[in-house]
Amino acid sequence: MEPLSWTGLLGPVLNPILLAALAVLALSLIATLILGLLPAPAPVAQADGTLAGRRGPADWSRLVMQGALWAILAIVVIYLGAGIVIPGIENKGIIGAVSARFLPVWIALIVTFALSITFKRRLGLYGKLFDNPIGMAGFGLVMFWIFTALFAGLFDMITTHGALDVASGMKNKAPGTPLNGAEPGDYPYYLLGGDTLARDVFSRMVAGSFVVIRIAPLATLFAFMVGITLGLPAGYVGGRLDTLLSFLANLILAFPVILLFYLLVTPEIVETGIPSYLAVVLFLFPLIFLTVLINARYFTDPRKRTIILALVLIPLGWLYLSLVSDRDTPVNVLPAGLDLFDIPGGILVVFVSVVFVNAPTVFRIVRGLAMDIKTRDYVAAAQTRGEGPWYIMLWEILPNARGPLIVDFCLRIGYTTILLGTLGFFGLGLPPDSPDWGTTINAGRKLLSIYPHAAIVPALALLSLVLGLNLMADGLREESLKD
Amino acid sequence: MILTALCLSFIVFFLTNLEPNLEKVAKYEGNSRMSDQEVENWLSNNGFAQPLAIRYGEWLGAWPGWTREDADGQTVAGRCIPAGTDPAEAPSYCGILQGEWGESRVFREEVSSIISTRLALTGKLMFWVMLLMVPSALILGVLAGMREGSRTDRTLSTFSIATTATPEYVSGVILIAVFASSTVGLKWFKGTATSAMNDATFENFFLPVLTISLYGMGYIARMTRAAMAEVMTAQYIRTARLKGVAFPNIVMKHALRNALIAPFTVIMLQFPWLLNGVVIVETLFNYKGFGWALVQAAGNNDIDLLLGISVVSVFVVLVTQLISDIGYVYLNPRIRIS
Repeated sequence: MEPLSWTGLLGPVLNPILLAALAVLALSLIATLILGLLPAPAPVAQADGTLAGRRGPADWSRLVMQGALWAILAIVVIYLGAGIVIPGIENKGIIGAVSARFLPVWIALIVTFALSITFKRRLGLYGKLFDNPIGMAGFGLVMFWIFTALFAGLFDMITTHGALDVASGMKNKAPGTPLNGAEPGDYPYYLLGGDTLARDVFSRMVAGSFVVIRIAPLATLFAFMVGITLGLPAGYVGGRLDTLLSFLANLILAFPVILLFYLLVTPEIVETGIPSYLAVVLFLFPLIFLTVLINARYFTDPRKRTIILALVLIPLGWLYLSLVSDRDTPVNVLPAGLDLFDIPGGILVVFVSVVFVNAPTVFRIVRGLAMDIKTRDYVAAAQTRGEGPWYIMLWEILPNARGPLIVDFCLRIGYTTILLGTLGFFGLGLPPDSPDWGTTINAGRKLLSIYPHAAIVPALALLSLVLGLNLMADGLREESLKD
Repeated sequence: MILTALCLSFIVFFLTNLEPNLEKVAKYEGNSRMSDQEVENWLSNNGFAQPLAIRYGEWLGAWPGWTREDADGQTVAGRCIPAGTDPAEAPSYCGILQGEWGESRVFREEVSSIISTRLALTGKLMFWVMLLMVPSALILGVLAGMREGSRTDRTLSTFSIATTATPEYVSGVILIAVFASSTVGLKWFKGTATSAMNDATFENFFLPVLTISLYGMGYIARMTRAAMAEVMTAQYIRTARLKGVAFPNIVMKHALRNALIAPFTVIMLQFPWLLNGVVIVETLFNYKGFGWALVQAAGNNDIDLLLGISVVSVFVVLVTQLISDIGYVYLNPRIRIS
C-alpha cells in the first residue's frame, strides 16, 4: 500500500489555495506593520457638515490580512470536516483520517458549545466565558482534550492501536505509513508514524491525554485544598501561626523544583516510604477541609450536622484509607478485602510531589486574599454577630475570594501539566513505557533531529492543552473583572 | 535567611542520606554484589553509621570529622584525612564552613572545582538569556500596555500567553525540529550545544538561549504590560496628554520609568524559575553546565555534589529575593523602610 499523503483527495485542490493564503497573510502582516507607522488619512468634511473617515493603506492591508486569516481557517475546517465525510482512508489523508478518529470528540464539543451558548445567560461566570472569543477558544481546546481523554480512557474509542502494541517493521516510520502485516481487524495505517519501539505515535498521544487529564486537575484540587486550609487561618489569624506557616511555605518555594523532584521521586526514596507518609498527610487535608466546612455551617444544629458529616466522611474516609494504604509501601493499614484500589506504581508518588510543590504557592495566594478581605465590613459584621473564626473564614471570606481563585485554578492546572511533563521528561516517577506526554517527549528527543515526529506530536498536544488553559484563565479574568 | 539555608540543606542531607541511598553508595564504591553485612561494615568504616545530626554537623564543619583507628589506637582514616597524607597533620574540622565541599563520587573531583566550572558555563548561558529576554520582554510589554485594549495589545498579549504556556521541553523540541532537524528542518542551527561550551557561536548557542528566554519572556511581558497599563491611566499621564505632549514622549519620559518598577522585581524573582529552565535546556541540548551537573548528581546520588549544588542554588534564590526587595525600595522612592 502507498503511504498516506497529508491531505488526501482534497490536497491537490486546496493546498495551493492554502499556500497562497499563507503568503498573502505574511505579506499583509508585514505591510500592516510598516503602513501602521504612517499617519492615518485626515477625515473628509461632507456637505451635510458631518465628517467621514477614509480608509488608509494600513486599513486596507489589515482587511486583506483578516481575509487571508479567515480563508486559512476555512480551509483547515474543510480539511477536518471532509475527513469525516469522505469515504476511504486513502482519500481522507492523514489530517482527515485523524479528524475522523476524533469524531466523537467533535460531536461532544459541538453539543457542549451549542448548549452553553443557548443558556449562557443563566450559567453565571461559566456562561460569561462565551462572551469572550479568547476565553471561548481556550475553553474549546481544554474541552477537546478532556473529551479525548474520556473517550479514549473510558470507552477506548479514538485510539487506532494499543498504546503498548509493537508492530514489526514500523520502527521510526514516517506519518501515514501503512501497517506492516495488518490483520483484517487492524487499522491499516500508523497515522502519525511509529516511535523508536515501533508503537503508534497517534495512539500513544491520545492515550497519554488520559494520564494527564486524570492527574493534573485532581492534583491541583488537592493542592488548593491544602493551600486553602492552611492559608485562610494564616491570613485571618496572623501572628505566630502566620510566621510559622509562611516560613515553611517559603522553604519549599526556595527549593529548585527539579531538585525536589529528583529527591522525592527516586526509587530509593519510595522504598523508605516518605512519599507514602507525605500522601497520608496531604490527602488528609480535603477531609479536614470538608469537616470544618460542614461543622462551621451546621454546628448550631448538632443532629443535622452529625448526619451530614457522617454521610460525607464515611465514604470519603474509606476512599482516603484505600488511597493511602498500599500493599507495597510501609503504609498498609487496611486489610486487603477492604482496600478498594491500589494506585499503580509511580502515579501516587508523582501525584504527591506535584501537590507538594504547588501547595505553597496556593497558600500564599489564599493568605494574601484572606488578609485583604478580613478588613471588609461584612467580616466585621459577622464578627459582631458572634460567628466563630472558621465560619467567617470558610463562609464569609472564601466565597468572596472565589474569582481570583478560579482563575488561578485554571492557570495552575496548566502549570501542573507542565510539571507532570517535566517529571516525565526526566524519566522520574511514571514507568518508562507510560504513554504520558512528558515521557514520550523524553523518549522521542533522542532521535529528534532525524525522526522528529515522535517527540513533536506529544509536544504539540501538551502545548495546546496548556495554551487552552491559559487562554481560558485569561478570558475568565477579563469577564470577572467586568462586573 | 541563614535559617532557611540551614533548613534546606538539612532536608537535602536527610533525603540523600536515607538508608537505601547509603546502601547504593556503598555498592557503588565497593562492588555491586556486596552482602548486607559487608555494606554495613563499609558504612561504619566510612563514617556513615553515626547519627544523622552528627554527620550533618561534620558536613557543615561544626562538628569534628570522624576518624577511624586501627587496633593500636593509631588514627588511619577519617573524614578530613585524604588518602596518602599524614593523619597527624589533618585538621579536625572540615565542612563547608572551612571551605571543604567534599569530593564528588561520580566525577572523582573536588565539588568546589566542579561547581565553579559548571557555574561559569551556566553563567555564560544566563548572560545571553538575560540579554535576549529582558529587553525583548520589556519592549513587548510596553508596546502592549501603551494602548490597552488595542489590536497590538491583543496580538502581543496572546503571543505572551502562548510563550508562557510553552514549557522549555516543548519549545526546545519544536525549535530543534524546525531549525535543526536534518530531515525536514531548515538546518539553520545546531541541535546540540556541546561545542558551545568552549566556543559559543550564533549557530550552536542561539537555540538554547532562545528556548530559555521564550518561557520567561511571556511572564515578564505580561507583568510589564499590566504595570504599563496601570501607569497609563494615572492622573499625571492625563495631564501630560492634555498639555499636548506628544504620545511617544509621554511613553518614553513619563510612563516608562514608573512602569518599570514592577517588572524589576519580577525579573529578579524569575531566577529560581530560570534555574528550572536551565536544567531542562542543558539536558535537552547536552550543554554540560550547572543544571546538567544537578541531573548527574541527583541521578547517581552523589551526596556531596548534590549538597553543594543545592546550597549554591538556594543561595542564588535567596540572594535574588534580597536584591529584589532592596531594588524595589531603591527604585520606588514612595517606599521607605523605617
